[in-house]
Amino acid sequence: MTWTVLLAACLGCYLLKLAGLSLPARVLARPLVQRVADLIPVALLAALVAVQVWSEGSRLVLDARTAGLAFAVVALLLRAPFLVVVVGAAATAALLRALG
Amino acid sequence: MTATRLPAAERSGIVRDGLAVGLATGAYGVSFGAVAVTSGLTVLQTCALSLLMFTGASQFALVGVVAAGGAPLSGAATALLLGTRNTLYGLRMAPLLQWRGWRRAAAAHVLIDESTAMSINRGSVPAARLGFVSTGTAVFVLWNAATAVGAIGGQVLGDPRTYGLDAAVGAAFLALLWPRLRDRRSQAVAGGAVLVALLLVPLTPAGVPVLAAGGVALLAGALGERGAGGRPA
Repeated sequence: MTWTVLLAACLGCYLLKLAGLSLPARVLARPLVQRVADLIPVALLAALVAVQVWSEGSRLVLDARTAGLAFAVVALLLRAPFLVVVVGAAATAALLRALG
Repeated sequence: MTATRLPAAERSGIVRDGLAVGLATGAYGVSFGAVAVTSGLTVLQTCALSLLMFTGASQFALVGVVAAGGAPLSGAATALLLGTRNTLYGLRMAPLLQWRGWRRAAAAHVLIDESTAMSINRGSVPAARLGFVSTGTAVFVLWNAATAVGAIGGQVLGDPRTYGLDAAVGAAFLALLWPRLRDRRSQAVAGGAVLVALLLVPLTPAGVPVLAAGGVALLAGALGERGAGGRPA
């Protein structure tokens, strides 16, 4: 990771926030803008979950990470706090690897 | 509703809520710090991200894409796309906060999920401002402190896979996604995005599958207009 890319991404994220506080509110009045803006995080986060859990370079794999994700699903259904979800998923995968 | 003083009880209630949210999110800064360092960022880069980017999902995305072998540029693009939701928050918060000049510039930095959630339903401008500032400050301080702890701790851990830290990243994204899956349209978009991303993993350079999955949101948003005929989603 180069500093240039990192700092540019930071600046971009700040400008996106500042734009929200500075743009006229009627931008939001367009239903298409509102819908796409609501759905983009959903699509990106879902894709990030999939790539993070089921890929290894350019291969699709099924390994201990899937068990970790299963733990996370159960924990979220039980309304566990964020830290429990994340640490529990890691512990599940680590345990499976230690046993396997 | 401009400069009216808030009753002391309301003030301390709002500040207490902000601190509680700060503690909760600060705790998961530890996992960000550890994951970032084990993904190949230096401790300094990890801390710089929390200080300067300061929006959790984008930070995790940047680190996650790079950890999966993606080009830093596609990681940055994913982070920026995720950052667009803060723009949306800003559009909703601007009339509530009514800040100009340097106050607006400073407020923008702590415009995130948590500060928005803790101020958007307050009944007056002073209450909204107090909720925003107390939550934003609490999260900022604790998130950065926690990142540093996690980053320094992560450095001494060695192979992250031994501790399942690679599985932790997927779980973190799922936890961020979870509250957004309430309606059918979001669930369909999430399912479509997973399919598109997995189909592209063997075919494209790392980083591209996630960006391409963003197209599912564009498509669903555009189709929604025609299909729903103005019905709420």
